[in-house]
Amino acid sequence: MSKQDNKNDVPTTGHSWDGIEEFDNPMPRWWLWTFYACIVWAIGYTIAYPAWPMIKSATPGLLGFSTRAQVETQISDAELANAVINDQLATVELTEISADPELLGYAKNKGAAVFRTWCAQCHGSGAAGVQANGYPNLLDNDWLWGGAIDDIHTTITHGIRNTADEDARFSQMPAFGEILEPTDIHAVANYVMSLSGEAQDSSVVEAGATVFMDNCSACHAEDGTGDRFQGAPNLTDAIWLYGNGYDNIVKQISVARNGVMPNWNTRLDEAEIRAVATYVHSLGGGEATE
Amino acid sequence: MANYYKLIVMGLITLLAMIAANYGRDVAYQAQAVVVMLFAAVAFIITLRNTDEPVPVSVREQSYFDDVVRYGVIATAFWGVVGFLMGTFIAFQLAFPELNFAWADGLANFGRLRPLHTSAVIFAFGGNALIATSFYVVQRTSAARLWGGNLAMWVFWGYQLVILTAAIGYLFGATQSKEYAEPEWTTDWLLTVVWLSYLAVFLGTIIRRKEKHIYVANWFYLSFIVTVAMLHVFNNISIPVSLLGSKSVQVFAGVQDAMTQWWYGHNAVGFFLTAGFLGMMYYFIPKQAERPVFSYKLSIIHFWALIFIYIWAGPHHLHYTALPDWASTLGMAFSIVLWMPSWGGMINGLMTLSGAWDKLRTDPILRMLVISVGFYGMSTFEGPMMSIRAVNSLSHYTDWTIGHVHSGALGWNGMITFGALYFLVPRLWNRERLYSLSAVSWHFWLATIGIVLYAAAMWVTGIMEGLMWREVDANGFLVNSFADTVAAKFPMYVVRGMGGVMYLAGALIMCWNLWMTVKRSPAIQSAPVAQPAE
Repeated sequence: MSKQDNKNDVPTTGHSWDGIEEFDNPMPRWWLWTFYACIVWAIGYTIAYPAWPMIKSATPGLLGFSTRAQVETQISDAELANAVINDQLATVELTEISADPELLGYAKNKGAAVFRTWCAQCHGSGAAGVQANGYPNLLDNDWLWGGAIDDIHTTITHGIRNTADEDARFSQMPAFGEILEPTDIHAVANYVMSLSGEAQDSSVVEAGATVFMDNCSACHAEDGTGDRFQGAPNLTDAIWLYGNGYDNIVKQISVARNGVMPNWNTRLDEAEIRAVATYVHSLGGGEATE
Repeated sequence: MANYYKLIVMGLITLLAMIAANYGRDVAYQAQAVVVMLFAAVAFIITLRNTDEPVPVSVREQSYFDDVVRYGVIATAFWGVVGFLMGTFIAFQLAFPELNFAWADGLANFGRLRPLHTSAVIFAFGGNALIATSFYVVQRTSAARLWGGNLAMWVFWGYQLVILTAAIGYLFGATQSKEYAEPEWTTDWLLTVVWLSYLAVFLGTIIRRKEKHIYVANWFYLSFIVTVAMLHVFNNISIPVSLLGSKSVQVFAGVQDAMTQWWYGHNAVGFFLTAGFLGMMYYFIPKQAERPVFSYKLSIIHFWALIFIYIWAGPHHLHYTALPDWASTLGMAFSIVLWMPSWGGMINGLMTLSGAWDKLRTDPILRMLVISVGFYGMSTFEGPMMSIRAVNSLSHYTDWTIGHVHSGALGWNGMITFGALYFLVPRLWNRERLYSLSAVSWHFWLATIGIVLYAAAMWVTGIMEGLMWREVDANGFLVNSFADTVAAKFPMYVVRGMGGVMYLAGALIMCWNLWMTVKRSPAIQSAPVAQPAE
């Protein structure tokens, strides 16, 4: 190995391992002083902040800092800033919320945050639901249980078909696969398709109409427009909870999936429920209270 | 006589593994037992064939034990490609979830493959690189053959067995869910035995050294071996539910468990990926540059500062959690103090080139080693910065962390290992030179651009999602849903995947080049037998 090629080279330590030698250079001053500065800073920082574990507890630090206290302050500050309007939201008549632009704006902002945290998992972050999987689209004007603000409020508060809340909305479509003959199901599926468009097999539509009147009209109404008191979907509007097309419709008639929504009254407070109801109501399909 | 004892032990292990394979309570356990049985049976047969044969007079005892290093070099290259391939695939799984094929659910979905990737690159690629280079370096710098006869071979094969049983466990879902320590108690015990054997071989060789002083590379290697043994044992303390099943119950619970895990996890980075690889740096850079190490004083101070301070920095992984504030503060303070000791290694590596910078123009291997030190310096600055509570509140749980880890892993660990492999293969296979230096240049540029794409993409998505998570409106309400942030990251996920493809392509070029070096490069005439001499 080339030793001392440069005139400026300092001497080596004199050791050699497999030909490797080491210069006896001093540590770079900037390195050493930065290292010292970091140590000094660290000592100061651990005096100012909770740091050193003692026998029973750790040193609390001169600044009295605590992450829990910090987050509590931030939350209470935010709550304090909104306290008046939040109280108003929780107590005002539901139908009056939209009358006050400031209150409406607040409710929509708050409701959007609640929605993105709790509702987006099923209904999508844009509230478009998951078509064909039983998660309703909340952007259109097709409502299973009603689209007025108090209907939406009730649905969110108590949920649908859950076992946790006695007041949950409840209805159950029977699995007609165990009740009707396959030919009847074939016929009624084609009739249902004909309500909003074309049947796959138009020869059975008439027979299907009879099956429909006998078995389905009690909930879905004689004209197929559904019944919001029972959460029975409108079958004439080409909006499908479990997917369109012959196969999907036959499947739903046969096995009858019934969606479940949790009750939110145990997890959200009244102002949050009202806020998210207002937000959903504002998405495009909200109806006026009668 | 020793062979008879070996035969008894191997036979017993084969038998016990057979029983375990038969009565095992879960598929992972049974599959692992079959692999152990096959390993032990093959070892039994090989030992049997050598028993009562005349032992060649110990000419070999006079020379360095390089067979195990050659095996290690091959294993490093092989596991490297496997690990990079896994990483590239799961990167695309994140960009295109359709790649979580329904038919492979429960085997090849992201959750199963992710620990396979991390373990393959850290422990299979990095671990084999560390074992192979440490065996090469400790012999040369101690002028002594590896201690313990064939014990080093057991270390190599035992370690491959650990890798295989761990991988089988991941695929079949036997995991204790501790990051970088996923294997269940069965593999943990096996690794403990292998690691203590490794410590014995390494320490034994240092003790029988013919040099007066221990070279700095060996301090780093030794600190890595000792500390990893300690970390591994404490982090994996658990009680098996049954001796015939994979499942075990952790002894620590709650925040204590989290703290033990990140004490381990951070020091797996600190000692496995930093101290161990600094050992490589301290040998291969001065050798390839043919220059003395810059400063002996700096190496002493930064070594002791590094290993003393690193071990306290783990709590910075748990800012703003159930961890008490005092532990979080200490973790942060030690992380900041760690900055300069980490940079000591970078300075010593880079300044070793003073007077030889011109070699960077002509020597792509040296260029690889030097850029690895550059990436080391960058990520050891980024790390302390991210440990600051205020920065961490933005960066934590985001892709920034993934970018940070990969600029260190791909840049520092990967590049220095490639450099070491290019250095070692011609010497180990007695070749005059590498088959193609321009292929090394291609590898260098592909890997470097790949890393830049990867790290830049992750910085962008990481900071973006951190800002999106905390974005609030005029009333103080959150503006974005989690799914919004996922959707926004898509383009950068594709860029990250492209970076992975380039890095993988570079590694494949390296494998081809090393293969051709062994096959085609001219051999050194009148090969001198490597002698352990002063």
